[in-house]
Amino acid sequence: MPRQDETIVSTKPAELTDLTLAQARDGLRAKDFSARELTQAHLDAIEKARVLNAYLLETPDRALAMAEVADQKLAAGEARPLEGLPLGIKDLFCTHGVTTTAASKILEGFQPHYESTVTHNLWRDGAVMLGKLNLDEFAMGSSNETSAYGPVISPWRRKGPDGTGDETKLVPGGSSGGSAAAVAARLCLGATATDTGGSIRQPAAFTGTVGIKPTYGRCSRWGTVAFASSLDQAGPIARTVRDTAILLTSMAGHDDKDTTSVNLPVPDFEAAVNRGVKGLTIGIPKEYRVEGMPAEIERLWQQGADWLRDAGAKVVEVSLPHTRYALPAYYIVAPAEASSNLARYDGVRYGLRVPGKDIAGMYEATRAAGFGREVKRRIMIGTYVLSAGYYDAYYVRAQQIRTLIKRDFEQVYASGVDAILTPTTPSAAFGFGEKAKADPVEMYLLDVFTVTVNMAGLPGLAVPAGLDAQGLPLGLQLIGRPFDEETLFAAGQVIEDAAGRTALPQAWWA
Amino acid sequence: MNAPVNPKKLIKGALGDWEVVIGMEIHAQVTSRSKLFSGAPTAFGAEPNDNVSLVDAAMPGMLPVINRECVAQAVRTGLGLKAQINHRSVFDRKNYFYPDLPQGYQISQYKSPIVGEGEVLVDLPDGESIRVGIERLHLEQDAGKSLHDQHPSMSFVDLNRSGVALMEIVSKPDLRSSEEAKAYVTKLRTILRYLGTCDGDMEKGNLRADVNVSVRKVGDPFGTRCEIKNVNSIRFIGQAIEVEARRQIAIIEDGGTIDQETRLFDPTKGETRSMRSKEEAHDYRYFPDPDLLPLEFDQAFVDRLAAGLPELPDAKKARFIESYGLSPYDATVLVAERASADYYEAVAKGRDGKIAANWVINELFGRLNKEGKSIEDSPVSAAQLGAIVDLIGDNTISGKIAKDVFEIVWSEGGEPRQIVESRGLRQVTDTGAIEAAIDQIIAANPDKVEQAKAKPTLLGWFVGQTMKATGGKANPAAVNALLKAKLGIE
Repeated sequence: MPRQDETIVSTKPAELTDLTLAQARDGLRAKDFSARELTQAHLDAIEKARVLNAYLLETPDRALAMAEVADQKLAAGEARPLEGLPLGIKDLFCTHGVTTTAASKILEGFQPHYESTVTHNLWRDGAVMLGKLNLDEFAMGSSNETSAYGPVISPWRRKGPDGTGDETKLVPGGSSGGSAAAVAARLCLGATATDTGGSIRQPAAFTGTVGIKPTYGRCSRWGTVAFASSLDQAGPIARTVRDTAILLTSMAGHDDKDTTSVNLPVPDFEAAVNRGVKGLTIGIPKEYRVEGMPAEIERLWQQGADWLRDAGAKVVEVSLPHTRYALPAYYIVAPAEASSNLARYDGVRYGLRVPGKDIAGMYEATRAAGFGREVKRRIMIGTYVLSAGYYDAYYVRAQQIRTLIKRDFEQVYASGVDAILTPTTPSAAFGFGEKAKADPVEMYLLDVFTVTVNMAGLPGLAVPAGLDAQGLPLGLQLIGRPFDEETLFAAGQVIEDAAGRTALPQAWWA
Repeated sequence: MNAPVNPKKLIKGALGDWEVVIGMEIHAQVTSRSKLFSGAPTAFGAEPNDNVSLVDAAMPGMLPVINRECVAQAVRTGLGLKAQINHRSVFDRKNYFYPDLPQGYQISQYKSPIVGEGEVLVDLPDGESIRVGIERLHLEQDAGKSLHDQHPSMSFVDLNRSGVALMEIVSKPDLRSSEEAKAYVTKLRTILRYLGTCDGDMEKGNLRADVNVSVRKVGDPFGTRCEIKNVNSIRFIGQAIEVEARRQIAIIEDGGTIDQETRLFDPTKGETRSMRSKEEAHDYRYFPDPDLLPLEFDQAFVDRLAAGLPELPDAKKARFIESYGLSPYDATVLVAERASADYYEAVAKGRDGKIAANWVINELFGRLNKEGKSIEDSPVSAAQLGAIVDLIGDNTISGKIAKDVFEIVWSEGGEPRQIVESRGLRQVTDTGAIEAAIDQIIAANPDKVEQAKAKPTLLGWFVGQTMKATGGKANPAAVNALLKAKLGIE
C-alpha cells in the first residue's frame, strides 16, 4: 500500500486555502489573518479553478460582506463557532435570494424566498458562503456527469506508468461532486453535501476528502431539494475528520419544520475526535467482500482493520446477510420517492415552463425539456414500481428488504459491535464517459457499499486511507449505531492518523 | 344492515321493483384555524392566493408538518360516530397531475385511516330510525381551485383551499332510498356541527358528497355502482340518486349493463353524465408519504377529547323526551341544531316543557323560516319567549294574546310583562266583569239562547261575542264556565 508520508500542510502554509478548517478557525482567533483575507484567498482560488466547474454560482459580494461581519465579531471577541470560515454550498440547499438549481434546467434561475435549515444553521454560527456547488442533477448520479450545467472535473489525475502526469479527466464522484472537488482543490474549507445512497461518502472517497452522512433525522431536510425523502440526509465534506466534526455540530439539530428530524441534543462532535478506539469492537462484514473487488481495496480494508486493532480496538468478523439485496431494493425505493417528489416541477408555479397546446401538453413539454436523461430514467422507474399491479412485487418487497437490512445491523450492534468497517467504494475514480455511456446499472454498482447505510438510516463516515497504484485516493467507510456519530469521528481520526493525511492534488488547473 | 325491505322504498320499473343501494363519501372541511400540514390560515373569503404558505405552493424542499388540532377534530368526529379510533394511522401520497394540486400529489390516508368502523342513527321523516354503518374516516388535504373564466386562453389557480384539512367519511352501502340518503347527510351534518368539527356549510363547499348508486332486484347481490361526484346540497343529493337509479334501471331493463364510472349531476338538466371513462382512470400510485412519520397517539389523548365532547343529538333527544315529556318528533326537530336545542332548553327550564316546545317549534321556528332567519338571529330571545310562556302559565294573558305579545317583541323588542301592563293586555279574570258582559249578550240575543239549549255547540258563538266584548282579554276558561252555567249547558 503506497503511503503518503509528507503532508502538504505544515505549520506555516504557503496559502491560506491550504489550512484545514480547524487551523483557519484558530488562525482567525489568533488574528494571524482576517476573515476578509481568508475569504479573498478562496475567491481567488475559485476564479483560477473555473475549469473544474465545481461552482455553479460564485457569490463573492455576499462572501465578502459576511467576512466583514465576521471580522467585526472576531474583533469584538464575539466569535461564533464558525466565524469567518468560507464554505461552499451544494446547490441542492435553498439559499434565500441566491439562485438554487439542483443542477437541473427545470429550476434554472429559481431564487428561493427562504433559507434551508442546514445553511441557516451555518450562517447562524458565522460561516461565510462562497457560492453554490455543482452536483448530479437532483443528486441523481455517482459521477457528477448528469449535471445540466456540465460535469465537475476532479482535481485528481492519475499517475502515468512512468510516474509522470496522465491528463485523462477523472470524475469526482457524485452526487456531491462539486462539494468534494472544491474541498480537495482548496476552493473552500469545507462544503455542505447530501447523501441518499452514497452521495457524500463516494465522492469523498474519490477525492481523498472526509465526508459523513449522519444518522437519518440528525440534520433537518427542510429547504433542501428532495430526492428520496426517506433516505436523504445532509452532511459535510471537509479535509479532515476534525473539520467534518466541527461542521456537523453546526449543521445538525432538531427542526420543528421537519417531522423526521429527531429531537436529540447535538453533541460537540469535535470533542469526540480524540477519544480513540481503545476497548471498542469493530465489525468486518464478510458480505462486503464482493466479487471482482480490486486487491488494492481488499488490502486497504485489511490495513484499516489493523490500524484500529493497533489502536486498541477489538476486530471481529460480522454478518449482514441481506446486504446483496440492498442495491436492488434501493433502486426501487429511491426512484419511487423521487418520481413523486419531482412531480411538483410542472411548470405551473416556478422554474422552467415550455408552453403546450393544453395543460397536459405544457406538462409534457416542460418536463421533457427540463429534466435530463438520468432524472427521467428514475422518474420512469419510480412510476413503474408504484403502479397498480407492480406495487406489491416491487415497492412492498423493497420495503420488506429494507426492514431486514435494518435488522441485520441491529443484530450486529446488539452483539456488542460499536462500528463497522468497510471500503467506501469498490473502485477508485474513473475517467469521463467510462461508465456514463455503459449500462446505467454499472454506475449504480458504485453505491454497493454505501446504500445499505441509507436504507438502515445509520451514520456513515468516509475517510481517506491511502492511494492506489495510479496515485488516486481510496477510502474506508465506518458505519455506526444510530446517533452515534461520535464513535465514527473517534475511529475515523485513528485511521486518518495512521494513514497520514493523504496529499492534496497538485493545482494543475491554476 | 339487513333490515327487512320496505316495499315503499322500491322503485317501480317496467319489469318489476328495483331496490336502490347507496353508499356515501362525505368530504367535510375540518374546522381549524390553519391548514392540515401548514400554518397558513383557512379563513374563507380571502383574496385569491392570500392564504398560501411555501408548503401549500409546494416550493422545493418544503415539508408537511401535521396540525395537531386537525388530528383532535378527526378523533372527536370519530367519537361522535361511535367509531373505532386508530392509535396509529399512516398518511399516503395520492399521485396525479393537476394545476390546482401543487405537490403533484394529495396527502391522504389510504390503507390505515385514523378512524375505523362506526355508525350513525338516522331519523327518517316518518319517525322510523335506521342505523347506517360508517366504514372509515380519514384525513386528507383539499386541492386548490382552478378558475377558467378569468382569461381568454389561460386558467388561473387559487391555492387558498390547497392543503385545507378535509375529513372523508365513508358510509357502508346501507342506504336504500334518496330519502334515507338525505336524512343520513342531514344527521351527519348535525353531528359534525354539534361536535364543532365541521361547520357543514354546503354553500361554501365545506361539506360535499360523493354518492355511490347501484340498483338490484330485491335479494340479488349488489349491482355495479356509479359514483356521482361532488354533490353540494342535500336536495341535489336526493335528486341525483333518483335520476341515477332510474337511468340504471332503464339500461338494465333494456338488456344493457352498467359501466362502473364517475358521473356528474347537472341540477339544471336534471341528469347525470359521465365524467371520465375507464381508459382515463387514474393510477394514483399510493404509497406512504416518506415526509411524515406514522401518526400515533395514546388512549389518554382520546380520553381527554372524549371528556370534552358536548352532549350529542341522540343523547339530547332521549333526554328531552325523558325530562320534558316531548314527543319523539318534537324532540327530533329541536335537537337538529345545537343552537335550537340550547334555545329550547333555556325556554323550557323551570317551565312546562311541552308548552315551551310548542312555542319554539310552531311560533318561533315558523316565524324564523318565514323570514329566512336562523335561530342565532332570532329577534326574540329565549328569555323573552320564556317570559311569554310564564305570562300564559300564571294566567296573565291567554294564548291568543300571547301571540300578539310575541309579535310585539319580534318587531319592537321589549320585556313581555311590561308590554302586557303598558298596553293593558292583561286578561280579565274578574268574573264580575265577565258576567256583566255575558249578561248583556244574553239579554240582547234571546233567540240564540233558545237555540243553544237545543244545540250546545252554539256555545262557541257566545264565547266569541264575550271575547269581543272584553277586547280579547277575558280568561277563556272563565268565560266557558260562566256561559255554560248561565245557558244551562252541561
